[in-house]
Amino acid sequence: MSGQPRVRGREWFQALTGVNAPMEQDPASVLTADAKLGDEVARFLCVVPDPQGRFPCARRGEVGLEEAYTLAHRVREVGTRDADAKKAPIVAIVDVKSQAYGRREETAAIFLAAAAAGDAYATARMEGHPLIALVVGHAISGGFLTHGYQANRILAFDDAGVVIHAMHKEAAARITLRSVADLERIGHEILPMSYDVKDFAKLGVLSHILHVENPDVPSPATVAQVRQALIASIADARSGSTDLVNRIESAGALEWRKAGQAARTLMKEQWEAAQ
Amino acid sequence: MTTTDGVIEAPAFVRRNTFIELNARARAQSLMDPGSWRELVGPFDRIQSPWLAAQNIAPQFDDGCVVLKGKIAGKSVVVIALDGGFQAGSMGEVSGAKMATALDLAAADSEHGKQTAAVLLLETGGVRLQEANLGLAVIAEIISSVLRLRQYAPVITVISGTVGCFGGMSLVAGLSSYVIMTPEARLGLNGAEVIEQESGIDEFESSDRDLIWAIDGGEQRVGMGVADLLVNDDSGEIAAGVRRFLNSEPPRVYRSQQVDLYRERIAALDTSAQIDPHSIREAWGRKEGAR
Repeated sequence: MSGQPRVRGREWFQALTGVNAPMEQDPASVLTADAKLGDEVARFLCVVPDPQGRFPCARRGEVGLEEAYTLAHRVREVGTRDADAKKAPIVAIVDVKSQAYGRREETAAIFLAAAAAGDAYATARMEGHPLIALVVGHAISGGFLTHGYQANRILAFDDAGVVIHAMHKEAAARITLRSVADLERIGHEILPMSYDVKDFAKLGVLSHILHVENPDVPSPATVAQVRQALIASIADARSGSTDLVNRIESAGALEWRKAGQAARTLMKEQWEAAQ
Repeated sequence: MTTTDGVIEAPAFVRRNTFIELNARARAQSLMDPGSWRELVGPFDRIQSPWLAAQNIAPQFDDGCVVLKGKIAGKSVVVIALDGGFQAGSMGEVSGAKMATALDLAAADSEHGKQTAAVLLLETGGVRLQEANLGLAVIAEIISSVLRLRQYAPVITVISGTVGCFGGMSLVAGLSSYVIMTPEARLGLNGAEVIEQESGIDEFESSDRDLIWAIDGGEQRVGMGVADLLVNDDSGEIAAGVRRFLNSEPPRVYRSQQVDLYRERIAALDTSAQIDPHSIREAWGRKEGAR
């Protein structure tokens, strides 16, 4: 298809699956495909911009109502299909600006749509599907909560084009009454506020940070590299628990989330004592 | 209002025992059987945010999250109340860890035969932006913990106001077994100010309080079927609602699993103009016999 904006999510989805069209009855903004990964078939999902989308505030790669419910539907489909079979891996390719910031979305309860997608992903993980998020571009705020953040392994490219954050810079600056320059400076001092993926990686949430040559344009070599990383992550996820404990007990978390660890330890002690 | 014996009685709204005016701790305590509860990781334990002080913002000894373990009507429950008065109830590293761990412990007890429900008093703007990425991380963890517990015991969210429940924590409301709201409460992913900033004043005028409540308000959310029970700002009514849902069977299908129904509803919307909140309430509102 020509005339589509070049976006990393679409590039990598196409490179990994050979598909560049939505499934039947899906909006153009959600790509889903079942494709070979190692010696099995994985389900890949990605949210992409659709300048002609029905919802004006969800045309630039935001996760809106249609995107969230479509993701929920396509993820739940895998769970139904594999109920008695080997649990297929699910790979969320993440390049989302944010959730959709629109009145139509609020009126139609986008919070529930986002919850439905989170439910579908987390349920698939708890049922034993290895759920991998591959962050190739932006992974921001409610967009990430809806698509990718429930994964039991999160991979991200080590690249300045990758931004994993609670809110994109311009909005965070407006809301906290700071300048973008101020926010960048604070990000260097306060680790969880940083916009740099290398800083994010320190927090222990990512399972892997991947240096990929020219991540804008997948090449046969980089696609092979990413496939290997996904296959390794799937094996790793299958060998671990189906909850998110690996993030909470990671080396990064032990170093950078000490107050949270202290709260967890004390909560367990006091809970037992209050039996 | 005069009764038959001539005593002047105040109207009902004056006689109400307001819940909104209670702080988070008193709200949680008011729901539990007297003498049955203990506060866990309370203010005397002084586990507070290391990130706020580093930005010259006063932290709080409980980090704005109150956890009480005890009983409601004889049933084992953990009540988790977010303090809307501290950083707008926003979630940080510590408050998030307290909430997620308490939910996990309730799930573990439930798995081992001691069913323990959760009551979440959500007054929160979502992620605490001063702890940005750790705030979003803990919300993802809380979502996972709610889904784990929901398999074994009810997770009941109460949004009484006046902060409301926004941002990532609105997903927690969306995943809950049951949601109770007052007319003063709001529930939405994006607050009006954020929409106005991101998409312009033509999209949402954030000073228009009528519009905000018409979309996010408790009456609307319950009326359109995305929350379950509307109660007055009255401690007794809220406690009765919580007890009712604690004693209810879990929903046959959780709302966040009704994907095909909502997908069809979204497909049927006319998106060429803004959507009228009344018309969506008409179209989606609970029909006889549902839930």
